[in-house]
Amino acid sequence: MRAFRFKRDVYAAGLMMLIGIGTVTGSLEHDVNTLARIGPGFFPLLLGTALIGVSALMLAAAAGAAEAEPARRAPSLRAWLCVTAAVVAFIVIGRYGGLVPASFVVVLLAALGDESNSLKEALALAVGLTVLAVAIFHYGLQMQFPLFRWG
Amino acid sequence: MLENILLGFATALSLQNLLYAFVGVLIGNAIGVLPGIGALAAISMLLPITYGLDPTGALMMLAGLYYGTSYGGAITSILLNVPGTVTHAVVCVDGNPMARQGRAGPALFVAMAGSFLGASCGIVILMLFSPLLAEAAFAFGPAEYFALMLLGLLAASTLAVGSPLKGVSMVLVGMIAGVVGIDVNSGAARFTFDVPELMDGLSLVALALGLFGVADVYANANRLGRRSFVTETRVTARTVRPEKGEMRRVLPAIGRGAGLGSFFGALPGTGGTLASFVSYGLEKRVSRTPERFGRGAPEGVAGPESANSSATITAFIPTLTLGIPGDAVMALMLGAMMIHNIIPGPQLMAQHPTVFWGLVGTFWIASALLLILNLPLIGMWVKMLSIPYRLLYPAVLLFICIGVYGETNSLFNVGVVLAVGLFGSLINRLGFEPAPALLGFILGPMMEENFRRALLLAHGDLTVFLTRPISGACMLVTFAMVALVTYKRLRRWPLARPGEPVRAVASSTQPPPAA
Repeated sequence: MRAFRFKRDVYAAGLMMLIGIGTVTGSLEHDVNTLARIGPGFFPLLLGTALIGVSALMLAAAAGAAEAEPARRAPSLRAWLCVTAAVVAFIVIGRYGGLVPASFVVVLLAALGDESNSLKEALALAVGLTVLAVAIFHYGLQMQFPLFRWG
Repeated sequence: MLENILLGFATALSLQNLLYAFVGVLIGNAIGVLPGIGALAAISMLLPITYGLDPTGALMMLAGLYYGTSYGGAITSILLNVPGTVTHAVVCVDGNPMARQGRAGPALFVAMAGSFLGASCGIVILMLFSPLLAEAAFAFGPAEYFALMLLGLLAASTLAVGSPLKGVSMVLVGMIAGVVGIDVNSGAARFTFDVPELMDGLSLVALALGLFGVADVYANANRLGRRSFVTETRVTARTVRPEKGEMRRVLPAIGRGAGLGSFFGALPGTGGTLASFVSYGLEKRVSRTPERFGRGAPEGVAGPESANSSATITAFIPTLTLGIPGDAVMALMLGAMMIHNIIPGPQLMAQHPTVFWGLVGTFWIASALLLILNLPLIGMWVKMLSIPYRLLYPAVLLFICIGVYGETNSLFNVGVVLAVGLFGSLINRLGFEPAPALLGFILGPMMEENFRRALLLAHGDLTVFLTRPISGACMLVTFAMVALVTYKRLRRWPLARPGEPVRAVASSTQPPPAA
């Protein structure tokens, strides 16, 4: 457990360091200018540098970490794949097919991410929620999202 | 003063606004009891729906929603031992034993009574102090605002649960996300990667729903589904009456809780969580029979609930009068106001008196509504608790997708939500709390603006932040806080002493596995 926490905190510090370096690099494209007339690059540069500093401290703290924290459960791979695919499908089908097929597919794919949902249950849930979504968002809130579109 | 209060109630009691507040409370309550969905996700999901309403109505609906979700957390804490939010973690300690002894009804009743009375106390404080603070805030220049925001951000990120370093880094990540878009001063497009949709900056709704909605779905899907919820306890309006003499012990607890909550709520970064823990500790200390605590003492439910509710209300004081939110939920409310073209700050009371006093009226009506709604609906909430998560999260995902689309009628933001959700899931795994990131996202651009303006006025002299009295005082407190946190860390002293149970439920995004 301790080994994992140590490694996890190193990864955490590493990720923050990467974001910090990315921010600093990006901020250099803009003028920093003087303190009296601060340019657009100044603030991001400050933030990026601060994040790099904090991540260095985190790295140092990770080395001396003693207290154990309950490890967070890893997400289930199946759920992860299905949920990601569901949202991607919503974007693609929403673009080319409209609200009804997009809603149906996002629910269906997402529901299949849980192994205790049977295909029948997932289909029923998808139909029910699609009807609900159309009723609330299309008819109730008049959202600008065509029910069907072709190509 | 009286005139204003009447105006508030007149606004809040208009049939239309009352309806919005009612819908907000009802939906909030329902979402609050559903497993795996927190207040942040609930508010951001409903935010796009309010675009069509007038600003006053929209804010009332959101306030009702906030209120309802917050109470919903108490229900799950008592009945299931699952705190919907960290704020309610301490309610589990005595609330759940009461439920297991078959006294769920009285537990819910004292929680409700505590919540209502605590909120009423918070509202009185809000009415009395907001005008004073707004008055004082007129003397604030950009340097003061910058210093206050810095103080608020550091307080929120270091005093919250978990590692202070991780909290600060989340704030910074949020602020960096806030930089994205066109810089208002120079017109330079920063971190937009030539994507036209990013010119206006990242969408608040997409960010909030990614961090708190999609990331939660990732964490809980196929994990929470098989949990069987214990819903054997029968709760009806008739079984809620506490035993004789119990109310006599509970009422002083509520009073103490309300005082603590009102105080902590108004401070940046501490809010309801700290207030409820301190209140629990206090009740245990002043009780003549402290051994009952942890085994179903009603004071241990009423005090923290009251503290939490009054803090919920007084947290609006800095948000509304200074425009500086104390925590992530307040940041989201602030964002919602800005989307509706209402800029919170000292001018709010003068320019939009109906909004300000209407909100005050709504708070009171919302807490009264909760009280009225909950008694007859308890049975329904208990039934809702038994909806399995495996059927719930596809619906959540669908509402997230459509809600984000609805903000700008573009599918681009649905992609943003997915990306932010993936990032949120990663940082969850690495032990970060995402809430400070949202606060940084909202406050970051304001801080940059005030920082620039302050230095422009001072001709680039950095000491301006230290020499002006209010700003200097804030900076001093900030430094003292950083020094204190560092000192405590170096001495390996657990920072949140009374908050030890929090460790077990360190994240609202990850309810502990059922016992």
